[in-house]
Amino acid sequence: MIKFTNVFKAYPKGGLALKDVSFHIAKGEFAFLTGHSGAGKSTVLRLVYAEERPSSGEVRVSGYHVGEMRPRDIPKLRRRLGIVFQDFRLLEDRTAEENVAFALEVTGARRSSIGARVMRVLTQVGLAAKAQAYPKELSGGEQQRVAIARALVNEPTVLLADEPTGNLDERATRGVFQLLRDINASGTAVVMATHDLDLVRQAPYRVIELQEGAVVYDSAVDETRGQAAAP
Amino acid sequence: MNLALREAFLAFRRAPLLSALSVTTIAFSLFVIGLFGLVAVNLQQVLNQLAERVEIVAYLLPGTPAENSTLAIKDIEAFPEVERATYVSEDEALVRARNELAEFRDVLRELERNPLPASIEVKLKPAFRDADHVNAVAERLRGFGFVDDVRYGRDWVEKLDRLRQIAAAVGLAVGGAFAAVAIIIIGTTIRMAVLQRSREIAIMRLVGATDWFIRFPFLLQGAIKGLLGGGIAVALSYGAYLLVTKFLLQGAFFTLQEAAAIVAFGTLIGLLGSASSVGRHLRRV
Repeated sequence: MIKFTNVFKAYPKGGLALKDVSFHIAKGEFAFLTGHSGAGKSTVLRLVYAEERPSSGEVRVSGYHVGEMRPRDIPKLRRRLGIVFQDFRLLEDRTAEENVAFALEVTGARRSSIGARVMRVLTQVGLAAKAQAYPKELSGGEQQRVAIARALVNEPTVLLADEPTGNLDERATRGVFQLLRDINASGTAVVMATHDLDLVRQAPYRVIELQEGAVVYDSAVDETRGQAAAP
Repeated sequence: MNLALREAFLAFRRAPLLSALSVTTIAFSLFVIGLFGLVAVNLQQVLNQLAERVEIVAYLLPGTPAENSTLAIKDIEAFPEVERATYVSEDEALVRARNELAEFRDVLRELERNPLPASIEVKLKPAFRDADHVNAVAERLRGFGFVDDVRYGRDWVEKLDRLRQIAAAVGLAVGGAFAAVAIIIIGTTIRMAVLQRSREIAIMRLVGATDWFIRFPFLLQGAIKGLLGGGIAVALSYGAYLLVTKFLLQGAFFTLQEAAAIVAFGTLIGLLGSASSVGRHLRRV
């Protein structure tokens, strides 16, 4: 599904963002990417959605070879991914419904099917009643739910979330996190970058920790190793 | 396609001032081009009327039998450049001279012997009324044994040529300059539109819109602006033409095809301006 093999990423000015990163996230898995800001979490996600290319090493996502893919294949890859950000990235001049529909329109979905699909995901995130509201009329948690609905409407196999609760209060954080867990329970893989360790401890999911661009801990690898080492 | 059209028109509502600015700029640039075009069209007409008079006269040796000249006319009319060749006998030449040179009428009347030679007057097809072709035909006429001398207004034909070239060069330079201005302005407005919508474009990218899908509404928007600008320019030119014909002098306006060409040119400029801008700026968004 998502496989990093000895990935290095250097920026022309900013030095090394990722150092020899390797991991494999399977279909349907939930994985946290943790670490301080600047540790490389966002860079990992940007490589996954092909916003960046690795300087060396191999990044494979959903059958695509990110380092070598043609620019015109990038949209195809992104249609299989749902992406959510800390700052929601909604269009202020469109309603919740229109924001979600936008993601379908720009991928050339049949117009007749858009309305029903949009309402289905808005119901899924619990915002069907606020479909006609504009982003500024919604709370932060609600805006993030709209963003999640937009990410889900194309039925992605992976949902990437970059600090999705970073701008939310505790209650909204719990709600959004629960929503991501529900989405994962229905079969979508979720990769969530966060530095909220309370959240990480709440759930029994895999944790990949980055420090200065390197993986310093991967619960999947380290725990098996730990078990193997145990008598 | 539907969505792209909707997006393109939405741009006019989102940024009415900016859109109006670019349409006006194209309109005025094309208007200036149009004015020069009108001058060119009218100048061309005058030049064509002048060129109408380009004529080559081959004077025949005295005593050339009429059959020879009849055969020669057939040959000459077979030249690809020649529209018509007319035989003018000695007597006809005299009659003409009497009519055209009124002040010498008495002298001409008192002549005992007609001193004027017979001639063949050759008129060229419109496309060949320039110095090179005139020279070439004249040279061939000299080749006939019974042709004594060949005359045509050589200097005059060459001057006509020069005038045409200057008119064309000035038209091209001015047209090119204003077209460039229009392209730059359109490029700038499209660039502003791209920046204004950078957030939207970034989101479109994230959800997997293709490059073409993102680009197309901007191109369409540029083309529509160019189309509108071209239309307004033709209308303005027509207004100017009406004013000039009313108060100054009679002239010609563009033919329907020429007017359509101006509008098409405007559309092309709009398209080029947005294409050059959208590619560069989308990459930065």
